[in-house]
Amino acid sequence: MSTIKIRSKRLADYTLVRTLIAHPMETGKRKDDETGELVPAHFIQTLNFKHNDQLMSQCQMGFGVSKNPFFSFQIKSAQAGDIVSISWQDNLGYSDSAEHIIR
Amino acid sequence: MIQNMRVKATTIAVTLYLLFSSSSAWTSPAEDRQQIRAFYQQLFPQLQLDDYAEGVYAIDQDAKASWLAIEEFPPYEFALEQGEILFKRPFANGSGYADCFTNQGIAIAQNYPYWDKQKQQIITLASAINACRKINALAPLAYGKGEISTLLAYMAYTSRGQRINTAIPKDSKPALAAYQQGKAYFYQRRGQLNFSCATCHLDNAGKYIRSEILSPALGHTTHWPAYRLNSREMGTLHRRFMVCNKLIRAQVDPAQSTALRQLEYFLSFLDHGLPLNGPSTRK
Amino acid sequence: MHTTRRNFMIKMLTTTGYALGLVFSKTGLADWLASDFRRRTIGTTLTELFPDQVLHKTNKINLKLPRIAENGSVVPITITSSIENVDTIYILSEKNPVPLIAKFTINPELETYIGARFKMQETCDVIVVLKAENQYYQTRQKVKVTLGGCGG
Repeated sequence: MSTIKIRSKRLADYTLVRTLIAHPMETGKRKDDETGELVPAHFIQTLNFKHNDQLMSQCQMGFGVSKNPFFSFQIKSAQAGDIVSISWQDNLGYSDSAEHIIR
Repeated sequence: MIQNMRVKATTIAVTLYLLFSSSSAWTSPAEDRQQIRAFYQQLFPQLQLDDYAEGVYAIDQDAKASWLAIEEFPPYEFALEQGEILFKRPFANGSGYADCFTNQGIAIAQNYPYWDKQKQQIITLASAINACRKINALAPLAYGKGEISTLLAYMAYTSRGQRINTAIPKDSKPALAAYQQGKAYFYQRRGQLNFSCATCHLDNAGKYIRSEILSPALGHTTHWPAYRLNSREMGTLHRRFMVCNKLIRAQVDPAQSTALRQLEYFLSFLDHGLPLNGPSTRK
Repeated sequence: MHTTRRNFMIKMLTTTGYALGLVFSKTGLADWLASDFRRRTIGTTLTELFPDQVLHKTNKINLKLPRIAENGSVVPITITSSIENVDTIYILSEKNPVPLIAKFTINPELETYIGARFKMQETCDVIVVLKAENQYYQTRQKVKVTLGGCGG
């Protein structure tokens, strides 16, 4: 299962692209319910949003972003068949990316 | 052991209640439902019956705005996806969940809970999942959260829009007794805070408890399982019952215990006809 | 999502990864600066992020935020603006220990529009700063964060 879900909605004036990412976004300050130990900081630091391989938005974030991050963007003009992609990298070196075809 | 004692205690309580309560002695379940719905209608005249499926969001506009924004792409999507995968995955013996349920297990959540005449017990969807696993030599799933909540999420999702279908078989006295026990549980004060479910969700529905608005009991069974923002994971209805009892410092009946199944049966009967809209997010 | 193997790897990488990850960004994506995302007051954050800049107050930035956050761990925000040629959007939360939540570059082919969800600990202002043609603009909106009650 990919960590990234992408949905798009093509409207008259713009195309809405939404993404939901499975990631704990741990601050490093939370204690595990069962062990009582601090859960180490584990959060996405950078995310790229591309449209047909062109960089649309580069995002830098901290652990202040909610668990299972959600982001949405609006592309001014997109066609059916265009490809959008989301890729992320976190503070522990994990990364993932996914593509989505606009209908 | 304690469960059986509690059931016996509630049976006695029900009998005494029915004998001594003056105004509502011997009300039929249908009359109960009508009275309760009428009570809520005069409390919230702006609401249609279906609105109660939204729970507290029907009466808390600030919270609703936030909820709708999150429902645009809800965090339970991953649990839902996982649930579909688990539901469709064949068991070791080649069978699958679809073989245990009518209609392949699709769009059937509205028919639970129901009274099983042969087994003489209330069957909830969660317990039916574990019964399926048992027949197929699989270990039961824990009832509060985890894997079962992903399966329930998928089954709820396929059942969205279906109208809750909970009836009490007319020819079954045990079914009626189970309903009455669920009703007694709902009205019974408990715990250090001496609250009953009715204290908050009937008598004080719409009022604030600290910083939150109390949801009406009507509609409580429509939106499960729920992704809780505060725990950031999927939870079941019975888990919510347990947490609520813990919060009022009452004894916590285990998930899928007889007492909680009876409570669910009672609440589901009140919700008969309301549309299902699970899985959902809640605070 | 969280496999046992993943947890094991996380434990292995924790000490080194934590240290490295906070200082250097890994190859590929943007330069993530630990200094941007460190604990400091909102005042220091704004001075350090936008040195010698005037953050023009404007009503041309529209924030869709809940009046009261049902749960501080997920506060949904949508940002739009009629200001032209916006190239960067910053989201800050006044009283968060790390006030800078996220920073987005905006390609001209995007509308000035960002949706996100972030965490707040207590009632405070959410501040959004936009950069357009080397000018900075800001707006702020209070969000109430409540604790307690029977939400559990």
